[in-house]
Amino acid sequence: MWITAAGRVGSLAYRCFTCEFGLSGRNLVEANSLGIGRLPAAFLTPGSASFMDFLSDHQPDLLPGNRQLPPMQGVVEAPHGTTIVAVTFPGGVVLAGDRRATMGNVIAQRDIEKVFPADEYSAVGIAGTAGLAVEMVKLFQLELEHFEKVEGAQLSLEGKANRLSTMIRSNLGMAMQGLAVVPLFAGFDVDRDRGRIFSYDVTGGRSEEHNFAATGSGSVFARGAMKKLYRRDLSEEEATTLVVQALYDAADDDSATGGPDVARRIYPIVTVITDDGFRRLTDDESSEIARSVLARRLEQPDGPRAALL
Amino acid sequence: MSTPFYVSPQQAMADRAEYARKGIARGRSLVVLQYADGIVFVGENPSRALHKFSEIYDRIGFAAAGKYNEYENLRIGGVRYADLRGYTYDRDDVTARGLANVYAQTLGTIFSSAGEKPYEVELVVAEVGETPDGDQIYRLPHDGSIVDEHGSVAVGGNAEQISSYLDQRHQDGMSLAEALKLAVQALSRDTNGTQREIPAERLEVAVLDRTRPQSRKFKRIVGGQLGRLLETDGASTEAESAEEPDEK
Repeated sequence: MWITAAGRVGSLAYRCFTCEFGLSGRNLVEANSLGIGRLPAAFLTPGSASFMDFLSDHQPDLLPGNRQLPPMQGVVEAPHGTTIVAVTFPGGVVLAGDRRATMGNVIAQRDIEKVFPADEYSAVGIAGTAGLAVEMVKLFQLELEHFEKVEGAQLSLEGKANRLSTMIRSNLGMAMQGLAVVPLFAGFDVDRDRGRIFSYDVTGGRSEEHNFAATGSGSVFARGAMKKLYRRDLSEEEATTLVVQALYDAADDDSATGGPDVARRIYPIVTVITDDGFRRLTDDESSEIARSVLARRLEQPDGPRAALL
Repeated sequence: MSTPFYVSPQQAMADRAEYARKGIARGRSLVVLQYADGIVFVGENPSRALHKFSEIYDRIGFAAAGKYNEYENLRIGGVRYADLRGYTYDRDDVTARGLANVYAQTLGTIFSSAGEKPYEVELVVAEVGETPDGDQIYRLPHDGSIVDEHGSVAVGGNAEQISSYLDQRHQDGMSLAEALKLAVQALSRDTNGTQREIPAERLEVAVLDRTRPQSRKFKRIVGGQLGRLLETDGASTEAESAEEPDEK
């Protein structure tokens, strides 16, 4: 109807009006079909097994990468997580993190948790802006679980690592403003029957690390410690001790990394992934390791000595 | 020369219901039973890849009889609904009641809209609680109604006969092996009352096990574990119902 009306000379304003009216009318109908309670068509459309793909079709505003940032000057002050370390051993991989979050020169949180299970056979540890990182991990866990439920099979470890890469890349805009998220991903590869570690940079670049890896502000010191202490034939117990030693050395030289807090009973989070799946050491187990490391450091503050030649 | 003929709404609905019921009756039946530690799903399914039972969320399982492509679509819709809800709010805010409602609205709208073919499916949505009192089982027929079930429920071709058989014999607090045995007995009765044998390879079995330490309680029971459960006699089954190593 309105096309014929628009055909007349001088009815331009009228056409624009109907055009807008038509659009808002359609939105109303869509809102109503949600109101009835029926699953919207997007839910019943066969397609991708990815939850993120579904979100970007159905509710793109919920995806972290789609947020528009207001223009601003300088760096945003927000809590940052610090050091994460990972070590492989025959039969699995250990992923651990300290408990400190800092905001500038202030300790924002003493007991933050930065290592999370991603699914049954993998875990992710996060350094960088804590708020964004925790959200990223939540979405990553859901992405893996969603795929598993829809497809009836797990993603390969490489597939999981690539998925995380995509998520970091979508955060690039934030990273440019100082809100970077840099995780460390570790998992047990059931196809290859060994533990594997993947590290990332802010642009989502992914690289597989062999033997050991670290990320975050204390990573330089942690990597130095692991370089001297790592052996290929570590047992699970030795590997968990090694990561606590490395975190101790990181806390020793980096002010943003927290050491074991004996007074408050806050100890590093240590997780182990083997072919039995993901397991987080209990508070008792990790305090046991931290206390024995601490006891030896009272005699030898710089930790165990490696051979000179 | 054609005369436009009048079909009463009652007749139109009855025809659609008949169509959907016939479609559902072509498939094999499946049963969902409460047992001491959770809820067990049992069905006859020769396919290893096309499942009748599936995980929707931490404590929620899904079972469907009827046309595969239609219930598979609904299943994926349910997974998307649950995951989106859990992501927007919290994992605890995803409930079987909410999901059953959404399914009922979806099935009901499709059933009563003249432009769409009614879905030939019957669904069961079950949620395992902290205790047996907290268990919820909802049956969703093709027309969008919801039936709140307790103890046992059967859907599919021979559902009425199977559910009356189960109602007479199902008890609260059965062990997993007992419940599984009862389910297999019920499924292997033919319409004329004769008993036939269903081999373990043709059974699809899954549980929502409240004793599982993980937050995701759904687990398929396959291979050796299923064989062991079917062999044990009802009396000595306490140890069997405990958590067994996952066989993936």
